[in-house]
Amino acid sequence: MAKRYDLRVYPGFRAVTFLCLFVLYAPLVVVMVYSFNASPSITNWEGLSLRWYADVFTGPESAKFKAAARNSFVIALVAASVATAIATLSATAILRGGRFRLRLVSFGLISLPLMVPEIVTAVATLIFFNAIGFDRGLLTILLAHIAFCIPFAYLPIAARMQGIEDTYEQAAMDLYATRRQAFVRVLLPLMMPGIVSGFLLAFIVSLDDFIITNFVKGAGVETLPTAIFGSVKQGIRPNIMAISTMLLAVSVVMVTLSWLISRRDTTR
Amino acid sequence: MAGGAASGGGPRADTYAADRTWLLLPAWVTLSILVLAPVAMMLVYSFLTKEFRGGVIWEFSLAAYDQFFFDRGLFGDEPPRIEWTYILIFWRSIWQAGAATLLSLLIGLPTAYYIATRPARQRAVWLFLITIPYWVNLLIRTVSMKFLLRDQGPLNDALLGLGVIDAPLSIVNTNLAVQLGLFYSYLPFMVLPIYAAVERYNFALSEAAADLYATRWVILRRILLPNVRPGIIAGCVLVFVPSLGSFLAPDLLGGARNFMIGSLIEEQFKGNAGNWPFGAAASMILLTLVLILLLAFARAQSRESR
Repeated sequence: MAKRYDLRVYPGFRAVTFLCLFVLYAPLVVVMVYSFNASPSITNWEGLSLRWYADVFTGPESAKFKAAARNSFVIALVAASVATAIATLSATAILRGGRFRLRLVSFGLISLPLMVPEIVTAVATLIFFNAIGFDRGLLTILLAHIAFCIPFAYLPIAARMQGIEDTYEQAAMDLYATRRQAFVRVLLPLMMPGIVSGFLLAFIVSLDDFIITNFVKGAGVETLPTAIFGSVKQGIRPNIMAISTMLLAVSVVMVTLSWLISRRDTTR
Repeated sequence: MAGGAASGGGPRADTYAADRTWLLLPAWVTLSILVLAPVAMMLVYSFLTKEFRGGVIWEFSLAAYDQFFFDRGLFGDEPPRIEWTYILIFWRSIWQAGAATLLSLLIGLPTAYYIATRPARQRAVWLFLITIPYWVNLLIRTVSMKFLLRDQGPLNDALLGLGVIDAPLSIVNTNLAVQLGLFYSYLPFMVLPIYAAVERYNFALSEAAADLYATRWVILRRILLPNVRPGIIAGCVLVFVPSLGSFLAPDLLGGARNFMIGSLIEEQFKGNAGNWPFGAAASMILLTLVLILLLAFARAQSRESR
């Protein structure tokens, strides 16, 4: 039968999609462009300049930003590593541990940080550290980050493990590999794309967090988002746009890496 | 392909069945100490007496919940009347989150549909383009939105330059700005589940309807939308829930008149006006609302799949 038109095509949907992409990217592109503005005003354009990037590293606020950046990256690195390790072990139990009573409960527990509103987690964590008399500082931020990074690391790891048949490990064990050897020498290497992708997502999520960090950080301890928030409260200055652009670039690079790693593997 | 094994791994793989206790132990310990225990402690704190300048006195009290729901006059000796201040803040949050969800649906549904009907090879790239901004720091995205929308900002410059408007639009510090900010924060959560549902949709149904002389808009309304409904509901929940308790968009884009739950809670733990038990109580009420919503959602989904 000759169709008069393609049933799958709805007029206007394409336009909405492009509008959607425009809305998503316009604010980011605008800030990126204005970060290269030579003018100290954020309204007038006075030509291209790297002045505000220099200002981030050498200007009056540079010491604050450097300390905040170091804190942010150290916390993200440690929190993402710990969360990835915990998520890998949990995924192995949940997806390769047979059927057991606490299986769904365990999965629910791991997803819990995704379901509880962030502000509630922030309040609860602050109260908890206060109740047990734990001084707020870098360590409290790190502990809080580990908890909410776990589900983000878990999702790509579990997705990857679901795609790997257990026949490889069975074959290894038929050839007298112990369970530990099957895990370390067979399953883990096969899991690597999922693990790396989970680590990168957890890293970004940690780097990204403002609300929980803002609650559990000690006085004077800043991460990049809390330092930026503090500056923005006094108004958006060009150096904030420069530092935002750099942070944005880090996130985009890491997500792209994570995406390429998981994609290369599924198309093989 | 998409069949059945939604909750499960391979075909009943049990290679590490003997190890599962210690494999799960780190997750259980970490999350019990860092999520479950804190929420329990928050519940306890909401029933304690406030200490001025933050913190609590370990004495049982219903004052926090009483303050939330009842107004007993300046000296606390009048007969209780309903206190509307906080209920209105919750109501405004629900309204704002709802408006943001609707906005996300209006943009997200056609987008998800369009992507799902692309050739298979292009879809991953489209989805990637939609999700990238989500991974950019939420604070930076919200600040960017503010920069774009402000009175002397690029949006107003562009509209003035094109002659669309005569005077700059004041968008920042309005409800609309908060809704746009929330929409911008969580849009991918709307697109992804709808995309997944449309991808599974069997277009033979559309063809059958068309053979029976249904127009394409009738097909959309009567056949396609009912079929992808679980995806739409999931998307709405995933946008609504984080919007409800969000802090950055209302704080940076809304200004003082557009106070939402997140700011109300935050205020209790910062500075000298703080009231920890009250903040804990407000958090508990928010958490309860969200859990009721998620439970209703889970029940609807399981009925849907039966």
